[in-house]
Amino acid sequence: MTWVNDHWDEIFTLARSHVWLAGLPLILGLLIALPLGWAARRWTRVYPVLISTSGLLYTIPSLALFVMMPLIIGTKVLDPINVVVAMTIYTVALLVRTVADGLGSVPDDVLQAARAMGYRGFRRFFGVELPLAVPVIAAGLRVAAVSNVSIVSVASLIGVSQLGNLLTDGYDRFITEEILAGIVACVVLALIFDGLILLGQRLLTPWLRAQGARS
Amino acid sequence: MIRFDNVTKQYPGGTVAVDDLSLTAPTGRITVFVGPSGCGKTTSLRMINRMIEPTTGTISLDGQDTATMNEAELRRGIGYVIQHAGLFPHRTVLDNVGTVPRLLGWDKKETRERSRELLARVGLAPELADRYPSQLSGGQQQRVGVARALAADPPVMLMDEPFSAVDPVVREQLQDVFLDLQGELGKTIIFVTHDIDEAIKLGDQVAVLRVGGKLAQISDPAYLLAHPVDDFVADFVGRDRGYRSLQFQPTPRLPLANERTVVLGESVADLSVPWVLVVDDAHRPLGWVEPSRIDAEVRTEHLHRGGTVARASGSLRGALDAALSSPSRRGVIVDDSGELVGTVRAHEVLSLIEAADRPDEDRASALAEEGS
Repeated sequence: MTWVNDHWDEIFTLARSHVWLAGLPLILGLLIALPLGWAARRWTRVYPVLISTSGLLYTIPSLALFVMMPLIIGTKVLDPINVVVAMTIYTVALLVRTVADGLGSVPDDVLQAARAMGYRGFRRFFGVELPLAVPVIAAGLRVAAVSNVSIVSVASLIGVSQLGNLLTDGYDRFITEEILAGIVACVVLALIFDGLILLGQRLLTPWLRAQGARS
Repeated sequence: MIRFDNVTKQYPGGTVAVDDLSLTAPTGRITVFVGPSGCGKTTSLRMINRMIEPTTGTISLDGQDTATMNEAELRRGIGYVIQHAGLFPHRTVLDNVGTVPRLLGWDKKETRERSRELLARVGLAPELADRYPSQLSGGQQQRVGVARALAADPPVMLMDEPFSAVDPVVREQLQDVFLDLQGELGKTIIFVTHDIDEAIKLGDQVAVLRVGGKLAQISDPAYLLAHPVDDFVADFVGRDRGYRSLQFQPTPRLPLANERTVVLGESVADLSVPWVLVVDDAHRPLGWVEPSRIDAEVRTEHLHRGGTVARASGSLRGALDAALSSPSRRGVIVDDSGELVGTVRAHEVLSLIEAADRPDEDRASALAEEGS
């Protein structure tokens, strides 16, 4: 523990940037995936195209994507924006399908009823479809969150610092404790993300917990 | 008044769901669409609120062509109830009921008051208001569905097999609640079912559709049972239509016999009749007992409950059934408060039936005129 005790400040600074680099893309990715997922449901021909494209995106190695970013969006090589954009792409790739499937999980008779009551457009989406898709979307978001926390650590190789630095630095200087600290910190962070999403889901879906109480 | 004029629905690929349908659903009445599956009854229903657009022909609401109306506004003015209620699982019962008022821009408080009032109206306890649909039984959900459709007091209601997914006992309760409500509210209702008994019980007029979406016959239920236009309709209305048509024949004055009764708890040991009728303190019939099998006072477990009870103001079907089902062969007749007025024998009911006229006039056309 001596190494850890001497480096708390550094660990916290790295953890904070890790939260930003993994968390911000999660939110941006969700915001982008919502309309895309909706479009995939709305137009049946769009669905296979969107799903296979997003699946392909996810197969691009993260290091390659990080390195290519400045070439694509014209940023500086060391700019953390590169990582945020790349991570957002991964998140979208994971979430488009989740959103589409979540919206697809809304029972048909509920949709029919909503139409027949005179719901339309945005109000139907935000008032009926999206709330009912929350359980499926939240499940996908949890996967994306954990995956983001892990992928972001690769960004150390392109000079954007976060908890991954502990791994690369520990490896370079043979400090096992530093490597272990990096692993543990990533796991703790992933658990915190997961817990927050779970909490959010519970707050948004009180009706799911009421199910057992049937009298 | 809802009017179909030469309405046809043809799907790409050539399937005709509804074929040249013309009919009028009079204001304030229940029109039932009934037929086997594939007869286009649900398609016809859904064309009214434009969930499905007709290929040709027009549907008008009080003279206005629905194709010219704003879709969402049209729908908000039409109550809609479907088979599995289609309640919003993420909203409480109260919020479900308040859906359309909120869409119409009523304020929160007004909507909640109205929703509570409707829950009471459909016979749901106020403490159910804050539950979620998954916490209700099928029958309760369906009541919420009806309350939701009525929330904004629409003049028109569309009901697509609303009671067919619940068990027969609950279905009957729901039908009775529904008829009571309709008695008070007088909505213009289109009701879809595949169950001819339900059609006959609920409809002021019944439209029988055949596979391929052609109208086979439209008339009032009594006339339909008495005069089916062809083999298809005759088959569809069923074998025991003669017996069922009795339910539309109001009972004339029955030749009632006085019945010897005992009150629960009294002794019947000294009675020498085979069957005696047991009543409660208010003279309401409870059931029959056989004095020869009881050596002391009558207790609840002695009662034979096989016999049905008919109201004197009810139909001939009820009176005949009371006589047929009674173990003593004497049918128990009560007044509207449930008090015993006497008993009647099957042959006496039958002579009344023979004396009664068969319905020779179709009242459906009269309804249409009265509604226009």
